[in-house]
Amino acid sequence: MADAAFKTRAHDALADANLKTAIDRTTGTAETKRAAAVDAFPEFQAARARAAAIKDHVIANLDHYLIAFEQNATAAGAQVHWARDAAEAAAIVSRICSDAGAKIVTRAKSMLGEEIGLPHALDDAGIERVETDLAEHIIQLAHERPSHIIWPAMHRTREDVAALFFKDHHPPPDADDAASMVASARRVLREKFLAADVGISGANFLVADTGATCTVTNEGNAELSTTPPRVHIVTAGIEKIVPSTDHAMALLRVLVRSATGGEVTQYTTFHCGPRRAGDADGPEEMHIVLVDNGRARMVGDEFRQMLRCIRCGACMNHCVVYRQIGGHAYGGTYPGPMGAVLTPVLDGLAQSRDLPHACTMNGRCEEVCPVRIPLKTLLKAWRLRTWDEGLVEKPVRYGLGLWGFAACRPRLYRMGTRMALPVLRLFGRGWIRKLPLAGGWTATRDLPAPAARSFMDQYERQQKEARK
Amino acid sequence: MTQPPKVGLFVTCLVDAMRPQIGFATIKLLEQAGCRVEVPRAQTCCGQPAGNSGDKRGAAALAKQVIAAFEGYDYLVAPSGSCVGQIRSYPSLMDDASWRRRAEDLAGKSFEILGFLYDVMGWQPQGVRLDASATYHDSCSGLRELGVEGQPRALLDGVDGLEMRPLKGANVCCGFGGTFCVKYPEISTAIVSEKSANIVETGAELLLAGDLGCLMNMAGRLHREGAKTRCFHTAEVLAGMADGPAIGEEA
Repeated sequence: MADAAFKTRAHDALADANLKTAIDRTTGTAETKRAAAVDAFPEFQAARARAAAIKDHVIANLDHYLIAFEQNATAAGAQVHWARDAAEAAAIVSRICSDAGAKIVTRAKSMLGEEIGLPHALDDAGIERVETDLAEHIIQLAHERPSHIIWPAMHRTREDVAALFFKDHHPPPDADDAASMVASARRVLREKFLAADVGISGANFLVADTGATCTVTNEGNAELSTTPPRVHIVTAGIEKIVPSTDHAMALLRVLVRSATGGEVTQYTTFHCGPRRAGDADGPEEMHIVLVDNGRARMVGDEFRQMLRCIRCGACMNHCVVYRQIGGHAYGGTYPGPMGAVLTPVLDGLAQSRDLPHACTMNGRCEEVCPVRIPLKTLLKAWRLRTWDEGLVEKPVRYGLGLWGFAACRPRLYRMGTRMALPVLRLFGRGWIRKLPLAGGWTATRDLPAPAARSFMDQYERQQKEARK
Repeated sequence: MTQPPKVGLFVTCLVDAMRPQIGFATIKLLEQAGCRVEVPRAQTCCGQPAGNSGDKRGAAALAKQVIAAFEGYDYLVAPSGSCVGQIRSYPSLMDDASWRRRAEDLAGKSFEILGFLYDVMGWQPQGVRLDASATYHDSCSGLRELGVEGQPRALLDGVDGLEMRPLKGANVCCGFGGTFCVKYPEISTAIVSEKSANIVETGAELLLAGDLGCLMNMAGRLHREGAKTRCFHTAEVLAGMADGPAIGEEA
């Protein structure tokens, strides 16, 4: 299976003790807070079921709600654009920016923006891009990609951030405590908020019956990115649609608890059209770019339930693999269990064939998923495809084939066991410290030596004795 | 009086080759609980290695073998949550309607031993004694696919002299994951090392769990690290068979 690139990235991540410290701090806190929030909300399971049902209903009627959304958003004065794929979406955004004569663009964190390659597209267009989410600001300074969908800079410790800010903030922070560093980021970003020509945000929800888009943040940076500039651009995946504001609220109840353990975010803002006559502020133009990028195809295939995802990050916070290797090792826009399902859709299975396999199938991700996505089942569906498309390494394939051949012939299998057990026992009684072809196990673990005689042999002998 | 239920023991390939005592402990417990136990000869593996690697055809072939061997029994019982989880997933492997029906029928009467003893047979250990301290790891398939959580703890409560100590992160995967542990050994090792640290921290003499794969992984790591923790399948303790060598100890 071993895609060398994935294994190399995972190896490097495992060797990085600082990364592990950062992951443990953030995911550990997230896990504790989520558990407390769920305990304090007795209706959580019912709310989860409702959230999943809302998403399923929308997915089944996606065309209907998208058309309604377009009509209502247009009536509110926004311009709606449709993008088939990432390149088209990025091109639309770049064109709007250049039409607006934009020199400075502020961006509020959006994973969809990452998915369509917006940071690169803006940089290539020669536009000054300012990431305004604190964590996005950090990774912009570090020239990195997000390693988590909620905490993009979660791989960076407080100490790393202090070093970055002292190097790149002019003037530097007053001290290296959190409050001074936040104050420093605020100083740096405040100028940009007021100078920006265009503000770009994502959307947590697209509300069909009002044409509004909704952002949730804890820093208020989305509001400062979308209100002062002349132009506000929203980029959103088409699965973000909900029938009404009530439905958005129902999803918010499970989203925020699952993501941060809060009951609600500090800022929950509905953006409905540009500034109207008499409004105190707001953009002159509002553009909404609706992005397909593989989603419409998912409606019709076995990955349909993945469209329920509301991007809370709980699956990765509770994933034993993510908690060892972090987000960058996954190699796609989205890491963790949800990323392992989505990345093959976005980047192709051949590019990401390891992701569905690098999972222990322990099921904790789907246990915490607020919209009950059967992540294990979806990962298994990708495994079937890697097998069918010949993306499973030959030794594994042949090994399993041989095993299957014997296992389907119990007498042959029994004979094989009878011969293999004594051979294995030559490598050690009690514990085996080293075994040819089993280095994956014995490099770091001892292997208990097998029994001298199998259960079946012993049992049959007992039965014979008893019959005598 | 009603007939005692007729149980087919699914031994599992790991127990068959690595630790037969778990199979004998399971038979003993089932008989104590009032079952008639048989061990169908035409059994090998439940098909997890194929199923988890994406080889649906290979998994389906083994599934049919298990269905044919066990459908005549009142119950299929195995000392492994992950094998029973696989058996319960057989219907999804069958394209043919009649095989699917047979798969569903077997899925409905397949149980992991500890859940079966407690939930189906209402069995409680009587007069079992083990003077030791122990901690318990929830194997993921049993826990999340079959709901095996309270049952083993309740049963272990009935063992005289056994002091149970809580394990931090008891419901967190040990990093075994079947073929995962050899396909991604570095990640697996990192995961099991956190698990072994938590186990050692309990100070318990014994580690108990319900799946031999997880046990071999944790025991193998603990032993490599020089820890003194001894590992047993929960069924061995309940059957009063934990007085001999633990996993990896020479007989």
